[in-house]
Amino acid sequence: MTSAITVSVLMTLIAASTPLLLAALGELVAEKAGVLNLGVEGMMLCGAVAGFAVAFSSGSIVLGLAAAALAGMAAAMIFGVLALSLGANQVATGLALTIFGTGASSLIGAGFVGRTVERLGPIFPAALSEHPVLRLVFGQDILVYLSLALVACVAYFLRRTRAGLILRAVGENDASAHAIGYPVIAIRYAAVAFGGALAGLGGAYFSLALTPMWADRLTAGRGWIALALVVFSAWKPGRLLLGAYLFGAVMTLELQAKAAGVNWLAPEVLAMAPYLATIAVLTMMSLGRRTGRLDAPACLGKPFSAP
Amino acid sequence: MLEWRRRREPSMAMLWLSPLIAIGLTMLAGMLVFTAMGYDGFHAVGSIFVTPFVESQRWADIGVKAAPLVMIALGLAIGFRANVWNIGAEGQYVMGAVAGTGVALLTYDMTGWWILPAMALAGILGGMAWAAIPALLRVKLQVSEILTSLMLTYVAVQLLYYLVRGPWKDPGGFNFPQTRMFTADQTLPAVMEGSLVHIGIPAALVIAVVAWLLMEKTTAGYAVKVVGLAPAAARHGGFSAARTTWATMLLGGGLAGLAGLFEAAGPFGQLTPQFPVGYGFTAIIVAFLGRLNPLGIVFGGIVLAGTYVGGEIAQSTVRLPQAATGLFQAMLLFILLATDVLVKWRLVRKRRAA
Amino acid sequence: MTSIITRRRLTFGAAAASTLPILGRGASAQSPLGVGFIYVGPIGDHGYSWTHDQGRLALEKEYGAKVKTSFIENVAEGPDTARALRQLAQAGNQLIFATSFGFMNPTIQVAKQFPKIKFEHATGYMRAENVATYDARFYEGRAVIGTIAGHMSKTGQAGYVASFPIPEVVMGINAFHLAARKVNPNFKTKVIWCSTWYDPAKEADAAKALIDQGADMITQHTDSAAPLQAAEQRGVFAFGQASDMKAFAPKAHLTAIVDDWSGYYIKRVKDVMDGTWKSGAVWGGIKDGFVKLAPYNDAVTPEARKAADAVKEGIASGKLHPFTGELKDQKGEVRVKAGEHASDEMLSKMDWYVDGIQA
Repeated sequence: MTSAITVSVLMTLIAASTPLLLAALGELVAEKAGVLNLGVEGMMLCGAVAGFAVAFSSGSIVLGLAAAALAGMAAAMIFGVLALSLGANQVATGLALTIFGTGASSLIGAGFVGRTVERLGPIFPAALSEHPVLRLVFGQDILVYLSLALVACVAYFLRRTRAGLILRAVGENDASAHAIGYPVIAIRYAAVAFGGALAGLGGAYFSLALTPMWADRLTAGRGWIALALVVFSAWKPGRLLLGAYLFGAVMTLELQAKAAGVNWLAPEVLAMAPYLATIAVLTMMSLGRRTGRLDAPACLGKPFSAP
Repeated sequence: MLEWRRRREPSMAMLWLSPLIAIGLTMLAGMLVFTAMGYDGFHAVGSIFVTPFVESQRWADIGVKAAPLVMIALGLAIGFRANVWNIGAEGQYVMGAVAGTGVALLTYDMTGWWILPAMALAGILGGMAWAAIPALLRVKLQVSEILTSLMLTYVAVQLLYYLVRGPWKDPGGFNFPQTRMFTADQTLPAVMEGSLVHIGIPAALVIAVVAWLLMEKTTAGYAVKVVGLAPAAARHGGFSAARTTWATMLLGGGLAGLAGLFEAAGPFGQLTPQFPVGYGFTAIIVAFLGRLNPLGIVFGGIVLAGTYVGGEIAQSTVRLPQAATGLFQAMLLFILLATDVLVKWRLVRKRRAA
Repeated sequence: MTSIITRRRLTFGAAAASTLPILGRGASAQSPLGVGFIYVGPIGDHGYSWTHDQGRLALEKEYGAKVKTSFIENVAEGPDTARALRQLAQAGNQLIFATSFGFMNPTIQVAKQFPKIKFEHATGYMRAENVATYDARFYEGRAVIGTIAGHMSKTGQAGYVASFPIPEVVMGINAFHLAARKVNPNFKTKVIWCSTWYDPAKEADAAKALIDQGADMITQHTDSAAPLQAAEQRGVFAFGQASDMKAFAPKAHLTAIVDDWSGYYIKRVKDVMDGTWKSGAVWGGIKDGFVKLAPYNDAVTPEARKAADAVKEGIASGKLHPFTGELKDQKGEVRVKAGEHASDEMLSKMDWYVDGIQA
């Protein structure tokens, strides 16, 4: 491969990984607080359609991104009311949220099918963003930088800040956290809202950056991959970054290999790889637990109600 | 002023009333939402919730749609009662169909009454095998079965794709990704000649009754409930959580596998990439709609199947988009989960502070 | 936001109008002819199902109150198909179009239960007394765009974003490549199988991979406009699929193969009204108006334009067949002898590629 192709492939790889990273990072924070929200795909679709609708109607892509984050957050609040305030089963609520997001986005988006908006572009001036090599660093759009910055922020927040410690405590042992006096439900609401906002942005990455248009089920199941990535990462932001880019690389390189005439890889085997890898990681993590200390947040998926 | 007060005992009346309240509220909310959106909300709701149940022509359709949902939900609900969260029934359903189809393709040029039972057995075993993986990981390594069973669903679906596009592709099918059609001896018979109602439908009802007896009248059912409600007490009483996990996972997987085989050997008559339509996930909704009670699940399955059938009626009559049916189903579950609060809590008039 | 509001008003009007006849479902002599459609995708896909729905709308425009159309979208191929068909049949429709290949077995099965209702199945090969089949010779359009690609490609390479290797797709790839090779004997066509009809992000990435590997012409047999957008972004040319997709890629979009079912639908409805409907198989191409080409982009060179028009007219007049021998497959075996052309039967079972294709 020449350097021009290498740069181009890497650009595609980064673009393919970014929505996964965004959605998965949001879910990671929610899960760290002990909440399993299986509605990621639904929240992504809400974000995708809201982002496109607002960007198309207002002509402002920034407003579109804001709307996407808000729409994802609003969808997450439905989950919050049911699963957090009313203590409903999180699995059932999350699944219902995905069904809801799929239906609602299709209804809202019906008027926008066949339209397009200007693609979310690079933020640096052309001299940098169109440089043959440097564009790898300076030619990205704002969500790429935002997603990377957020990985660092979330990692710092969870490990180094007091608030992060409390959030983890809520996910590890809600009863104790409550006994100490922390508002378990409020903290979980915040975590779920953050997850919704990032899922919304992840969805908008499809409708505004990757393929600037709206069509039904635009995200084509990426929300489920994001869920797998959280587990794959062992709930660690750094590993999540690695996992998301690894997965983006597998998706991109598969297509590059095919374009180069390599066709012996069964696409089905590649498609099941992230899920098998996730199960393998979970298993190894659990095997290593006797020596290490890795684990899923202990209260993951369990409803909490103040005694 | 009103305030929520926790009930000492869960209200049995509310337990059974809340699904009905949820359906009523969903109809009302649906009417309002769709009228606001510019559709004929009244007829839309009527088409979805009433027409399928009053037009006798639609009953067979509802039965065909409800049977796999009920069968899968029965297995899942027993697990849920024991706090075993198998949400990968879709994968087990697919693997049941895959295993059964494997037998069908092996016995393609044979005849005999034994072929269909052999396929059914393979279907059950296929589903069980797929459920055994999360069961093993949970029992031996405490890995959450929620995550592993969900991941395995995607693996199963890809395996199905691989088989129907590759080794199992119908040699006479012009490269279309699907298997051969099953032979007469490999197809689920209809209850009556020419009827849509295949024997999977009465089978689902029989299984529901058996499951009810199991849960309500046997020690095993009692053990499942105790393990779910009070794990510590269960240990004290000598009920093994590990054994319960194994039993409920295998039961759930086996029933999902059988449902998959029935669907493949019945309405489909072959295996195609379109085979997985999310019954394994919809069954979770059915299980909750039925209050995790086997007889309630039959009711829940019929209601949900009715909304699919009715959704199509609403499309062809009042032009309600298909997406609206999904919205209805989500709304139904949202409201049901919300009304659940009435089971454990009650609304009372707030007393003045003394 | 205006667009949503108008659309809603439109839908409301349509809904209000359509409820009246339903109340009195028993058909009288004066009642409009019920025509039903089932679609495999959502009409919001702006792809294959959308083109069929355009055909349905053309029926309403043509016949007004004389027809009453209804449709069910997103119908899964399998048992749900039979149910949707029965629903339309029992709702009083006299003519029902099943618009996807995967609807074949259920259509035959349901048609048996409703011998008086006429069924039409798109792209299939099973027929009955009351089941006709219809299909479009999309490959004729592929020959036209292949000619343009042959003229306009600087690298001599096209990238083909494809779904599944079923005959319809395979013959499209061959037709495209043969036409391009006629212009440029060293032309290469590279195919990526996406294993899906619809996954916009993946389709776009496939197009990018093909462009990275040297393709400067992108064509597709998947449903979304994403490959065109990728071509636009990378500054290469592309061709639209199923409908005019110029809006998505004003610079890249050279032309598009446009599926137009309206003529056929209008004719078949007339046949039913006149009582002359008969089962049969129609495979219509450019001549019959099933396959059209969207207006050429200004970027299309006069030379390419002339050659493309010549191919289009040659096919329409029957003088030119896109699969004229001698054709060899990739093993070098002669599949079509010199001077002959491929039969319809051979095309409908095509599972081999002409040499020069990387699939």
